[in-house]
Amino acid sequence: MEKVIAGKNIQVNEEGYLTDFSQWDQTVGEEIAKEANITMTSRHWEVIKFLQDQHQQKVALSIRKIGQSKVVDIKEFYALFPQGPLKVSTKIAGIPKPASCI
Amino acid sequence: MKNIIILGAGTGGTMMANHLKNELNHKEDWHITIIDEREKHYYQPGYLFVPFDIYEPEDIVKPIEKFIPKGVDLIKGKIDLILPERNVVNMADGRSFAYDILIIATGSRIAPEEIAGMQGEEWQKSVFDFYTFDGCVALRDKLRTWEGGKLVVHITEMPIKCPVAPLEFAFLLDSYFINKGMRDKVEITYVTPLSGAFTKPKATDALGHLLQEKNIKVETDFAIEQVDNERKVIVDYGGKEVPFDLLVTVPTNKGDDVIGKSGLGDELNFIPTNKGSLQSIAHPNIFVIGDASNIPASKAGSVAHFEAEILTENINRFIEGKPLQEEFDGHANCFVETGHGKALLIDFNYTHEPVEGTFPFPGVGPLRLLKESRMNHMGKLAFKWIYWNMLLKGSHIPFVSSKMQEAGKHFETEETH
Repeated sequence: MEKVIAGKNIQVNEEGYLTDFSQWDQTVGEEIAKEANITMTSRHWEVIKFLQDQHQQKVALSIRKIGQSKVVDIKEFYALFPQGPLKVSTKIAGIPKPASCI
Repeated sequence: MKNIIILGAGTGGTMMANHLKNELNHKEDWHITIIDEREKHYYQPGYLFVPFDIYEPEDIVKPIEKFIPKGVDLIKGKIDLILPERNVVNMADGRSFAYDILIIATGSRIAPEEIAGMQGEEWQKSVFDFYTFDGCVALRDKLRTWEGGKLVVHITEMPIKCPVAPLEFAFLLDSYFINKGMRDKVEITYVTPLSGAFTKPKATDALGHLLQEKNIKVETDFAIEQVDNERKVIVDYGGKEVPFDLLVTVPTNKGDDVIGKSGLGDELNFIPTNKGSLQSIAHPNIFVIGDASNIPASKAGSVAHFEAEILTENINRFIEGKPLQEEFDGHANCFVETGHGKALLIDFNYTHEPVEGTFPFPGVGPLRLLKESRMNHMGKLAFKWIYWNMLLKGSHIPFVSSKMQEAGKHFETEETH
């Protein structure tokens, strides 16, 4: 389905995750963050950039893996993206949330 | 004489030994060796049923050599190191084997030591796993005499072998305690690091009601930091706590230690592998089948079965100097127990999530996808026979192709990614 985010028509799934990463830019991420009541800082963007790089390398994301990344520790990751940090941060990053097979 | 060495005589390795024996029969200059330190081959899908006294432990164990074909050398012993630059496998007892082609099928194992307190003093007292033979038998003994309380089914982190197994386990718990007349004494909570017990939109729509029906509470987005043995709670990095009287956890899954030690794996010891050709990324003469790879397919026996057909063709091409085919599409086909003698069937691949439909004949069935039925449950039970008698021997399962079939499935929109 299509949703207008930051004035652009963006393809998203039922839960609002982007389905085409090429449509992502920082203003799109910013607006998704706003919906989750997060004001983005440079620290947030560093983490988002890391998640996007991992996704591009087809690495499955988990909280522990992010904790081992040296980009951010787990406590800070929770502080930056409260309440289910992975599901919030991946949405802002324009990449799929970690999923199982069903 | 040239050598193919297969490391691991589990599901993937055994199937490859059988496939290659048939395929290379006419190529007399190729010799096949398979190496494993274990004596026994376990039917791993049976681990789900042992705790509930549905299968006896002896139903799911057979000697490894029973499934290795004549003409393939079975070497029993512990692998110490793989030296990919020298094309040699060193054994712990000092022996050493040279290969021209190496197939790694060393699988994955649970690593409870990754989480603080998981293997603490409550391990196998009130903290159990059901991903090992010993674990599922110990859990059976516990459940037989357990008097009720807070039962927590828990997934540590992804990826795990058979991602639906914990959910099946929770469903079977509900039936088990109803049958024992003590369901009212048991509170079942399903704790997952993901955003829900179901994470795919179609499956969530079709199956979300099952959790409510079975009165299973779900705690989502739970990233475990530690098991507190004294207070009997699991604690997550965000500070959330879930109390338990009985914790059934799926610990972190990792590839074999020898993969890490040999410098072949990622941080979980899974081997970076081309998801279409099953060739290792780092070494052209190393191929990977089953749980040992890092490909984004489910870690499941059906996946290894579909991979085996494609990998056999690619090994042939590699020997003949032809380009490999990137044909593997991530196809998985799994029966999912839902309790009370019913099961679901799911069929999916890298790009298509499980949807409703008919299987294996489009529009006919007889099996229905993503719907509970008794027939699917019979299919799941019949699968044990198919595993021992057809799958391990590398026989083709009639009407079920390596690549996922799109006909007969209810995809609403064409997925393009």
